[in-house]
Amino acid sequence: MTVALETHDLVMRFGGFLATNRVNLQVARGARHALIGPNGAGKTTLVNLMTGVLSPTEGRIVLEGHDITAVPIAARVGLGIARTFQINQLFPSMSPLEAVSLAVAQRAGRSAGIWRGFGALPEIVDEAADILEGLHLADAMTERSDRLPYGKQRALELALALASRPKVLLLDEPAAGVPEGERHEILDIVASLPRDVSILLIEHDMDLVFSFAEKISVLVQGAVFLEGSAREIAADRRVREVYLGESADG
Amino acid sequence: MSEIVGNSRERARRSAAASSRWRLPELAFWGCAVAAIFLLPSRHLLLNEIAIVGLFAMSIDLILGYAGIVSLGHAAFFGVGAYAAGLLAKSGYVEPASGLLFAGAIAATVGFSASFLVIRGSDLTRLMVTLGVALVFVEVANRFESVTGGVDGLLGISMGPILGLFEFDFGGTTAYCYSLCVLFVMFLIARRIVNSPFGTSLRALKENRMRAGAIGIPTAKRIVAVYSISAGFAGIAGALLAQTTAFVSLEVLDFARSADGLLILVIGGSGYLYGGIIGSIAFALMRDALSTLTPAYWLFWMGAILVALVVVGRERIVDCAKALSLRVRGQPK
Repeated sequence: MTVALETHDLVMRFGGFLATNRVNLQVARGARHALIGPNGAGKTTLVNLMTGVLSPTEGRIVLEGHDITAVPIAARVGLGIARTFQINQLFPSMSPLEAVSLAVAQRAGRSAGIWRGFGALPEIVDEAADILEGLHLADAMTERSDRLPYGKQRALELALALASRPKVLLLDEPAAGVPEGERHEILDIVASLPRDVSILLIEHDMDLVFSFAEKISVLVQGAVFLEGSAREIAADRRVREVYLGESADG
Repeated sequence: MSEIVGNSRERARRSAAASSRWRLPELAFWGCAVAAIFLLPSRHLLLNEIAIVGLFAMSIDLILGYAGIVSLGHAAFFGVGAYAAGLLAKSGYVEPASGLLFAGAIAATVGFSASFLVIRGSDLTRLMVTLGVALVFVEVANRFESVTGGVDGLLGISMGPILGLFEFDFGGTTAYCYSLCVLFVMFLIARRIVNSPFGTSLRALKENRMRAGAIGIPTAKRIVAVYSISAGFAGIAGALLAQTTAFVSLEVLDFARSADGLLILVIGGSGYLYGGIIGSIAFALMRDALSTLTPAYWLFWMGAILVALVVVGRERIVDCAKALSLRVRGQPK
């Protein structure tokens, strides 16, 4: 197994609260890996550490063999880590086309350009249009992002992450709040990404997790509690007690 | 399927091209500015001042309206530009246009150094830092009297003809034409900048800095860049004032100038580039009208208008006006 992204004894303390407790997590290249755990288990904190939003108290983060613990957030995107946010983080007044064009331009090293507008950068705009098309956003691409229906905003959240052509994609509950019927649509798009993109998915919906993930890590109180294939996790009695308890009983 | 793909690319390209296209009101606006040369021959000095203040407010718009950086001390760069242009002329180099470039470059350099102070922190820290920097500049200029003339100001500036061709006159006609040309050129540059990917990335970090970072935009670098550019714009505005009035005083660095610039931008509206110029016109007109009406208390009304604009919100006022005009035309709602 080639490892794309891994953490070594990662620790994050907020005052006296241990949000991340010696986490050693490996995301293999091309992984379809899910991270589950009860609320407050530290899943989002872990994503924030991996993307550089937070700096760990202790430990290291390694991307394809290179230590990136000290690399700032924006530079990590350049190295191939992209994410979506649990709560939409969009540019409210921009259209999906503007926002995704910007993200594409950033990846292509063109976002610092002052002289040529997007009108003179057709290859950037075309690529943005293709991404939007792939996420069923083509019809809404010139509307303001904050006026899109929630499901479309979720898709845009994913489009912004995909525009950087990530090697590792961290998805923080991409389908959260999306109506039941549309949830699989978003995950289908994720599942259809090229196999060399490694994906770590945080999700509460167990149906989605088991239909998507090949490997699952269970996080409890900041530490990795258990790891295994989807089948092993589904069958594990302790997981059913700790995490799936309610649904197993009911 | 490929047809649909082609179609959405086509629409995307059209939409991207449309954003930088000139609109009719814009052409009319500049047409009016040029027409004012002939229609208001006795007001050229006032028009010159409006153009300069408009350029200064536009420089604030670049950081506030696009990158979301508040500043209460932009006069620092206006003043640096004014002194740079004034001192250059006094040293014997009297050609104005190249003097402007020189002053702009100096102000941009100073802005670059100061930009590192505004990279981090909240709006409040930025307000205080920018205010503090401007105050420091005033006292430095005051202290180095031998260079700046201190409270007496920089006297004895005499400018040569612009590009060796156009002499300044007492009526301010050359001054207004010159300032208007410079304003237009600077506007064109600003327009390019804000419509570019760089400009879009500024809006991105204004609207959601976390997401801007998460798509890979180096937010600190962007702030440094736009702050330097904006300082250069402010410096050119200051240089224009120095050259067209042949005088520089400590007043160019005054806190009131920073505050007025911000106020003018709020009146005109930030984030669409014309706000500074429109605000500057509105400010001059209001000052004129109000000070004729109540010479002693005109600032009271200016203040009241500002409060109303900010509290009620320009959009709501504009919407109200639109609804009203529709109703007048007999189309309810």
